[in-house]
Amino acid sequence: MSRTLEAPVTVAFDYTRSVGPVLGRFFTDLRERRIVGARLSDGRIAVPPPEFDPITHAATSDFVDVGDHGVVTSWTWVSEPVAGQPLDHPFAFALVTLDGATAPLLHAVDAGSPDAMHTGMRVQARWSAEPTGAITDFVFVPETDDVVSRPADAGASTTGDAITGIVTPVSLDYMYAASPEESAFFRGLAEGRILGQRCPKCQKVYVPPRPACPVDGVPTVEEIELGHTGTVTTFCIVNVPFLGQKIDPPYVSAYILLDGADIALQHLILDIPAEEVRMGLRVKAVWRPESEWGTTIENISHFAPSGEPDADYESYRHHL
Amino acid sequence: MRDVAIVGFAQRQLQGFDGSPMCAELLVPIFSEIYEQTGWTKADVGFWCSGSSDYLAGRAFSFVSAIDTIGVLPPVNESHVEMDAAWALYEAWLKIQTGDVDTAVAFGFGKSSAGQLRRTLAMQLDPYTMTPLWPDTVSLAALQARAGLDAGLWDEKEMAAVVSRSMADAESNPNAVRSGAREVAELLAKPMFSDPLRKHDCAPVTDGAVALVLAAGDKAKEIRENPAWITGFAHNTDGLQLGTRDLTISSSAERAAQAAGGTDGVEVAELHAPFSHQELILRAALGLGDDVSINPSGGALSGNPMFAGGAIRFGEAASRIWDGSASKVLGHATSGPALQQNLVCVMEANR
Amino acid sequence: MSKQLAAVIGVGQTHHRAKREDLSMAGLCREAMDRALADAGMTLDEIDAIVVGKAPDLFEGVMMPELYLAESLGAAGKPLLRVHTAGSVGGSTAIVAASLVQAGVHRKVLTVAFEKQSESNAMWALSVPVPFIMPVHAGAGGYFAPHVRSYIRRSQAPTEIGAIVAAKDRTNALKNPYAHLKEAKTVEDVLASQMLWDPIRYDETCPSSDGACALVIAHEDIARGAAAPAWIHGTVMRSEPTTAAERDQVNPQAGREAAAALWKQAGITSPIDEIDAAEIYVPFSWFEPMWLENLGFAEEGSGWKLTEAGETSMTGKIPVNSSGGVLSSNPIGASGMLRFAEASLQVRGMAGEHQIDGARRALGHAYGGGSQFFSMWVVGAEPPSN
Repeated sequence: MSRTLEAPVTVAFDYTRSVGPVLGRFFTDLRERRIVGARLSDGRIAVPPPEFDPITHAATSDFVDVGDHGVVTSWTWVSEPVAGQPLDHPFAFALVTLDGATAPLLHAVDAGSPDAMHTGMRVQARWSAEPTGAITDFVFVPETDDVVSRPADAGASTTGDAITGIVTPVSLDYMYAASPEESAFFRGLAEGRILGQRCPKCQKVYVPPRPACPVDGVPTVEEIELGHTGTVTTFCIVNVPFLGQKIDPPYVSAYILLDGADIALQHLILDIPAEEVRMGLRVKAVWRPESEWGTTIENISHFAPSGEPDADYESYRHHL
Repeated sequence: MRDVAIVGFAQRQLQGFDGSPMCAELLVPIFSEIYEQTGWTKADVGFWCSGSSDYLAGRAFSFVSAIDTIGVLPPVNESHVEMDAAWALYEAWLKIQTGDVDTAVAFGFGKSSAGQLRRTLAMQLDPYTMTPLWPDTVSLAALQARAGLDAGLWDEKEMAAVVSRSMADAESNPNAVRSGAREVAELLAKPMFSDPLRKHDCAPVTDGAVALVLAAGDKAKEIRENPAWITGFAHNTDGLQLGTRDLTISSSAERAAQAAGGTDGVEVAELHAPFSHQELILRAALGLGDDVSINPSGGALSGNPMFAGGAIRFGEAASRIWDGSASKVLGHATSGPALQQNLVCVMEANR
Repeated sequence: MSKQLAAVIGVGQTHHRAKREDLSMAGLCREAMDRALADAGMTLDEIDAIVVGKAPDLFEGVMMPELYLAESLGAAGKPLLRVHTAGSVGGSTAIVAASLVQAGVHRKVLTVAFEKQSESNAMWALSVPVPFIMPVHAGAGGYFAPHVRSYIRRSQAPTEIGAIVAAKDRTNALKNPYAHLKEAKTVEDVLASQMLWDPIRYDETCPSSDGACALVIAHEDIARGAAAPAWIHGTVMRSEPTTAAERDQVNPQAGREAAAALWKQAGITSPIDEIDAAEIYVPFSWFEPMWLENLGFAEEGSGWKLTEAGETSMTGKIPVNSSGGVLSSNPIGASGMLRFAEASLQVRGMAGEHQIDGARRALGHAYGGGSQFFSMWVVGAEPPSN
C-alpha cells in the first residue's frame, strides 16, 4: 500500500478574455487572414503588436500590415507534443520574422521532420478554413508558393464586428495526493471508522489528522477513534447555485464537533427542515450503504438529528 | 544598510514526492533542521516569507495550509510571494532593513510532479497570443539555445561541458536527484529531446522545499562563526515577449549584478540555470571569469524543485562561506521563461 | 540605520465594473497606474521598482501574470515583485512597496494590484473540488456565513445590523465616481433581498468586479516636495492558521495582535478618538461590527452598537468605508489596496464627495484567507512625530 492516497484532478475553465483595442485589432485582422504588427518608437516592427510601447510606454497606435510569409530565426523540434499544441504530431516551434516585420513571432511550423527545418528557411502561413480571430487561425508550413508574400489586402474591408474578446480554454491535469495523515483518515472511512489523531505537543485531537498541527507545526500522531455523534457548532444554509456545485441547493453546511474531537468537521445536515437546524443540535452520521464506500468522507452521506437534547452553549462556544 | 547574513539552510529535493501538493510534510523536518542549526524556536523568528505557485499545485490558495507547518498560533508576522523562495528571501531581507525585525526565515516549496510541468509553465506566457499555442518550457529554452548556437555565441560542446561538470559535481551532493560523471562525447551521442536540447541539458522535474535563515548583526554572529554576510542583493526583469527581447543575452541579470555592486572577487557562484546553455548566458551577463567555480553543488541540472530551486542556490553559496572554502560567493535565482527575471545575492565572509 | 520615512504621493484606480470589456489586463492595470503617476506628477521612467499584487492566478488563468505584463507595466528593466497573500494581498502589496522605500533600497516605487474577475468565475476558482473531501463549500460566502452566525450568537446583535452596514456602504458609494455598484439602498431593501448563504443576504454581499488600484510611494525627501503626501505612520501584517482546535474565527487573534502592534507603531492609544476615517475590508456586511471589535474600536461584543447608532456613517464618530468599501467594489486582488488608497485620499483631503471633513489620520485594513491574514496601515496628513 502506498503511503498516500492519490486521485486525479482536472482544473479546467474557458477563460473569457477582453482583449483591448490593440490585440483586438490584431485578432480582427487574423479573422480576415491578415497579420498586423506595430511600429515601435525605436523603429522596430513587432508582431503581435505590443499593447504598450516598450520604450515610451504609450498605447500602441501605429499599426503596420505585414506579410504572412517570413523567415525562421530560431526553431526547435517538438518530438513529443503535449495537449493543446497546434499540431498533434511532431512539429517545430519557431521564431518567424514576417515579411515587413523586424521582430519575430512565436508559432508552430508543420514541417514533417526536423530535417526539413533550418534557421533562415522561408515559411508561409497555412490558414484554417474558417478563421475566428485567434492566434490558432494559422500555422506555418515551409514556403511552397513563389507568390510574393503579402502585405496584400492591406486596408481591405473587414467583415463583421471588431473583435473585443476571445475565449481561451485552459485544462490542466494534476494528480492530487493527500498527506499521509489525511490518507489514514480516508482509509479509516473506507472501513466505516472516523479516525482522528492527537497532537503530541498540545494534545488536541484533530479530525482529519494533520501533517502539521497548526499550533505546534508537528504531525499529529496518536490515533483516536471518534464516535459517530456530535454537536452542530455553527452552520449556513446554502441557497445559491454556482458553477461546479456538487450538491443541489438549498442545503445546510455545518460545522460538527464530533464527540472526542477538538476541532469541528464540515458536513451536510439533512433529515430536518433547514430552518430547524440550530447551534447546539445533536447529530449522528448517516452512512451510505457499505457497498458504496470508498476512501472518502462522502461515505458519510450526511448528518441527521440524533434525537438527544441540544448541547449546552458552554460545551461548544469555544469552537465558534 | 544593516549587516544581514544567511545563517541557516535546509532543503529536500526528490523525484516524485509521495505526499501533498503543498509539500507541507517536507517543511516539518526542514524547520526542525533550521532550529537545530540556530538554536532558535519559532518565537525567535521575527518574520516569515514563503514562495510558491498555485498553478504548480493545481489549486487556489495552495500556500495557505503550508503555514501550518510553522505553527502559527500565536500568530506570526508573515508574507508570501508568487515567485521562487529566493524572492521571499529578498522580501525578508527588506523587512530586516526597515528595522522592524532582526531575524527572518524564507521558505519555498513546489511539487513539480503534480501536473505536467512543461505544460503547466505554458500558463506563464502571454495568455492571448502565446498560451493558446501551449509552447512548453523546454521548447522556449530550445529556441533560446539555438539562437545562441546560430549566432556562434556557444556550441554544443560547451553546453555538454556544463552538463558533464555539473553531473560530476553532483556526485558529492547528497540532495542531487541526478548525477554521474559523463564525458562530453558520450553526452553528445545522446538523442535530441527538443532539438538542440538533449534531456540532460534540461533540469530534471523535481519536487522539494527549502528554508533559509536571515539574521542581522550580533544575532548572526551568535549562530555561526562565519555568517554569509549579504553585501549586494538586487533583482531585475526583462520583458517576456520574444519578439522584442534578445534571447541570447540576459540584460536583467547584468543589471541585477550591477545593482548588487558587481561580481569582482567572487570565488564561487551558484547559478540557477535550469538549462545548460543558460549557465553560459549567465556567466557572460554576470561577468564571471574562468577562475570562478560555478555550481559546485551540481546546480539546477542536478535538481530543480520549482519555487525552491533558486533559494537552494543561495543556500549552497552561503554554505561555502560557512565552511570556510570561499570568502566571497554569489547566489543567483531566475524566474519566468528563458531567464526573464534574475536575482543576484553577493555574500562575503568579512564585513 | 533607522527606518526611512515614506509617503503615498500618487493614488489611482480604475472605474470598477462587473466586466471591463473595453480593456485587457494590461489596460486595466495601466488605467490605475497612469492615474497614480499623473497624481504624483511622475512618469513611469522615473519609477525605481514595481510591486504587483493579485489574488489567485486561477482567477485570470495566467500563472504569475506579472511576467507577461512586465513590458506593458513598464517593469522591463526594473525590479519587479509579485505578492500574493490571499484577500489581504492588496494591503500586503502596498506594505512591501512601502518597505522598499523604508529600507532605503529605492526612493520611488509604484505598486499596482488588480483582479479581472470577468475572465473567469471566482466561485468556480475557489471551489475546485479536492478529492476525498465533502464538496459542501460554496465560495467565500459559504465559508464566512457560519462565522457570521457565530458572531450574532456571541454578541447577541440584532439581526438587522448587517443590513444597516450594507445600506450605508451602498449609499456611500453614490459619492464615489469609481465605485462598481451605485444603487441607493435602504435597510428595508437589504432585508428584503434574497437570503444567499443564510444568514447572509444578497445585498449584504460584495460584488465581483474588474478593477485595479495603484499607488506611488516615495521617500521623505521627495514626499516633502509633494502637494499632499499621505505619510505612512505604521504598517503591520499578521497570519494564523485557517483552522485550528478552538481557533477564534469571529475575533481572530492575528487581527487583534496586528491592530495592537499597529496602534503602538502609530502612537495611537485610543483608536476611536484618534482615527478620523477607516477603510476596513468588509466583503460581507456583518464584518463591519466584527472588525470594529477586532481592531479595538469597540469592546468585544459591542461593535454592532457603533453601527446601530450610526457612528460608522460619514458623520459618525468613526466613519467606516465612506468610499462604499468592498461591498460596492470588489476586484479581489485590488480590494485591499483600495482600502489603503482610500485611507490615503482621506488624509490628503482628496476624497471628493466622500471626504471626511478634516481627516488627519486614517486606517487602511485588509484581510484574507479564512479570516487569517491581516494587513493594515495608518496614514497621516503630517509626518509621524514619534
